[in-house]
Amino acid sequence: MSDQDQRTLYMDHAATTFMKPEVVAAMAPYLSEHFGNPSSLYRFSRESKNGVEEARGQVAAAVGASAGEIFFTSGGTEADNWAIKGIALANRNRGNHIVTSAIEHHAVLHTCEWLERQGFSVTYLPVDGFGRVEPERVGEAITDETILVSVMTANNEIGTVQPVAEIGRVAHDRGVLFHTDAVQAIGAVPIDVERMGIDLLSLSGHKFYGPKGTGALYIRQGTRVETLIHGGGQERGRRAGTENVPGIVGLGRAIELATADIEGHNRRIAAMRDRLVRGVLGSVPDSRLNGHPTERLPNNANFSFRYIEGESILLLLDGRGICASTGSACSSGSSEPSHVLLATGLSHEEAHGSLRLTLGDANTGEDVDHVLEVLPEVIGRLRRISPLTPARTRVPEAE
Amino acid sequence: MYTEKVIEEFTNPQNVGELADADAVGEAGSPTCGDIMKIYLKVECDRITDARFQTFGCAAAIASSSMATRMILGMTLAEAWDLSNADVVDALGGLPEPKVHCSLLARDAIRAAINDFRTRRGLEPLERGSGCCCSGEGGCDSCPGND
Repeated sequence: MSDQDQRTLYMDHAATTFMKPEVVAAMAPYLSEHFGNPSSLYRFSRESKNGVEEARGQVAAAVGASAGEIFFTSGGTEADNWAIKGIALANRNRGNHIVTSAIEHHAVLHTCEWLERQGFSVTYLPVDGFGRVEPERVGEAITDETILVSVMTANNEIGTVQPVAEIGRVAHDRGVLFHTDAVQAIGAVPIDVERMGIDLLSLSGHKFYGPKGTGALYIRQGTRVETLIHGGGQERGRRAGTENVPGIVGLGRAIELATADIEGHNRRIAAMRDRLVRGVLGSVPDSRLNGHPTERLPNNANFSFRYIEGESILLLLDGRGICASTGSACSSGSSEPSHVLLATGLSHEEAHGSLRLTLGDANTGEDVDHVLEVLPEVIGRLRRISPLTPARTRVPEAE
Repeated sequence: MYTEKVIEEFTNPQNVGELADADAVGEAGSPTCGDIMKIYLKVECDRITDARFQTFGCAAAIASSSMATRMILGMTLAEAWDLSNADVVDALGGLPEPKVHCSLLARDAIRAAINDFRTRRGLEPLERGSGCCCSGEGGCDSCPGND
């Protein structure tokens, strides 16, 4: 069997993306000649300072904010930590309760759990079978003690897009601040912080063809947020540390590219994704699509295949050059499968047998064809090994 | 993360399947924990003459199942009972630390099969000892691999 494909077929863009050549080109001068510290006073550093401020404007424009409301961070995780801890610590006198959802990224969940250990109380809202948070539930969970609602714009595992504008309205009606982790949503969901009632928003450069180790937090003008990183006076005294100038410049260029034509991008990617989903569900019995049928990121396909385990699927796909991801416990070294899949009501067995394929700008129709050829073979092969596979689903080995 | 040997054993597992006329059948694990192994043995004069397995689980579980069935072929039941998961891990050239507990699955399934063989012959089942969490009462969190 000659199953060693030469080419790597990357379909894990929710994990990270490649950097676009335009982004690399924008960064290049800041990796070499423009090395000045933006905080220095001499003219030589002006280029660095300008690069950072141009990027700030690009990020602001992408989310409908003003430049003064954008603060650069080391990534999405820092932005989430800063938003939640910063609001909690700055509003202690007003209350100690936070409302979030059960399907947030660990950068939010573990931050909330830490705050619980510091004496805050947190409500983790359940989701429906498609992974959606109901805005009414947010309203019901808010108490006089609530200081923050934090619900992600779109989920990283199953791609479900949340009714962010409605949740923002519910929070504001009750006078509560609203933070959203938009790390997976930038470039796929049009963001307007005004229209959507967002007070704080986290984003991460490497999810939209920008550099790793870069991110930003949008903080609405006038919002009191405690500082997390203390030191020098960078980022108007609110986030210390010499700026990652090349990274910030790359982030700015990347978000500009990612938000230039969201509709056209979504149409192209979703067409491939829909063909992938139809093809897989049509050729693999006892398989299901996890997440929402329509309210989902255009590049996300998340399946559960019964009777088999996700890490095995992943490794056989890897053997054929295909990069994918799973919510099975066995891939993460933890004892529990994905908290997101379990929150949508999947059984442990179904969650263990999950596979996430996330498309990106370099994927083509041929890539989809290739996955549709390889994946059913891989599933069939593992099902022949599994004791759980019923006879009707057991596909005999092709000679 | 896995050695070449594990990947090879996982990609081309040996002894996959059922034995319709098995003298002993054993099972270990649970779908909640994410791995189940079922093993079928043919036994002649106390010696294992054929072994097949079916496994639901990760690459480490499938590779150890395959390796364990290969190792017990030709062994007496007493020898097979004493096969430790460390023996299987060694034969695989090692497993990543969080995956070592997956190799307990094969040992547990083999011991379950041997006890099935004994029960069928009216003998007392042997004390199986502390097995993988997946076969016990404690659930996944009690697993030594999940510390």
